[in-house]
Amino acid sequence: MAIYGLTLLSFCFFAGTYIGDLLGKVLGVNSNVGGVGIAMLLLILISDKLMTENKLSKAAQQGVLFWSAMYIPVVVAMTAIQNVVSAVSGGPMAILAGVLAVAASFVFVKVLDKIGEPGTPLPPVDEKTKEAL
Amino acid sequence: MEMIIKIFTKNGLVMSFMVIGIVMYVSGLLSKMTNKRIAGSAIAIIIGLVLAYIGGTISGKGAGGLGAIPIFSGLAVMGGSMLRDYCIVSTAFGARLSEIKKAGAAGIISLFVGVILSFVVGVVIAILFGYNDTVSATTIGAGAVTFIVGPVTGAAVGASSEVIALSIAAGVVKSILVMIMTPFVAKAVGLNNAKTAMIYGGLMGTTSGTAAGLAATDPRLVPYGALTATFYTGLGCLMCPSVLYFATKAILG
Repeated sequence: MAIYGLTLLSFCFFAGTYIGDLLGKVLGVNSNVGGVGIAMLLLILISDKLMTENKLSKAAQQGVLFWSAMYIPVVVAMTAIQNVVSAVSGGPMAILAGVLAVAASFVFVKVLDKIGEPGTPLPPVDEKTKEAL
Repeated sequence: MEMIIKIFTKNGLVMSFMVIGIVMYVSGLLSKMTNKRIAGSAIAIIIGLVLAYIGGTISGKGAGGLGAIPIFSGLAVMGGSMLRDYCIVSTAFGARLSEIKKAGAAGIISLFVGVILSFVVGVVIAILFGYNDTVSATTIGAGAVTFIVGPVTGAAVGASSEVIALSIAAGVVKSILVMIMTPFVAKAVGLNNAKTAMIYGGLMGTTSGTAAGLAATDPRLVPYGALTATFYTGLGCLMCPSVLYFATKAILG
């Protein structure tokens, strides 16, 4: 059943959020530390194990994949509720601080890429996956 | 008309599926007009931001963007942190652990570099604009990290609400810029594999910015970038009011 996929997803979500909150508390910060990232790692590990044991049905996988397909629309909805007015009216200082922080960070992507073994580029997208996206 | 508005307001989430669907469709058409040189999702994100500006102006609040208008309030559910994080987690399904391990060291370093870099840039700009006391400069520097780290730090070090508002604005500018700029600079910075995506997530840190920016570049990169980005705000909240505050204090006196 598709809901099993969602249940697995919810379990990882909550476990990750809980660990992230706990981590924040231990570190004494007023914030969740990496909750979503931990949830993602859990999902990768658990789904990998279930799939190799053939315990995750096609329908359950579809349940998870539905939400990955909804990802971009959800992100678009997220952009529509941002406080763009405050960003624009924050004055030149806020804008400049934001712009330069982004510019500096972009420059460092290439610098840090030199650490460790190089990454392999993703294969080009074929028409079929393009449709799915 | 009044009845329609009532139905939309009452069933906000369903309404938002319709609105976003229309936005996606229009973006797809516009993308075709550019010969797909600009990805449909990149256009959709820009339309979303424009709608947020219009909505924020009409409501007079700014915060909440288009969602601040009652008939569009469902957008706050669809685009809120709950569904956003749920979807981000789901994208990890099918991500490869081997790729993540390969970028491990660079990913972790990128988090520290990202927080410190943005903070320093923010502090320098703050000083140039005359906010040269330690508390204000630290808060604005923290805002350049993310719009969550700014107010958290500001509250911790006792900044004025005006400065906190500025720090939030700096963070929002950063996040929006990441959304818009990423697909355009992707090629130049080599954003075509899991490793650079993780480094990029660690450097930029804004989860919303990274998520949207990578989605517009290549959706397959999203899980890797989001993975590191989600540690960034926590790290920023940890470092800004402590180590980085003391460092700023040591320099500014």
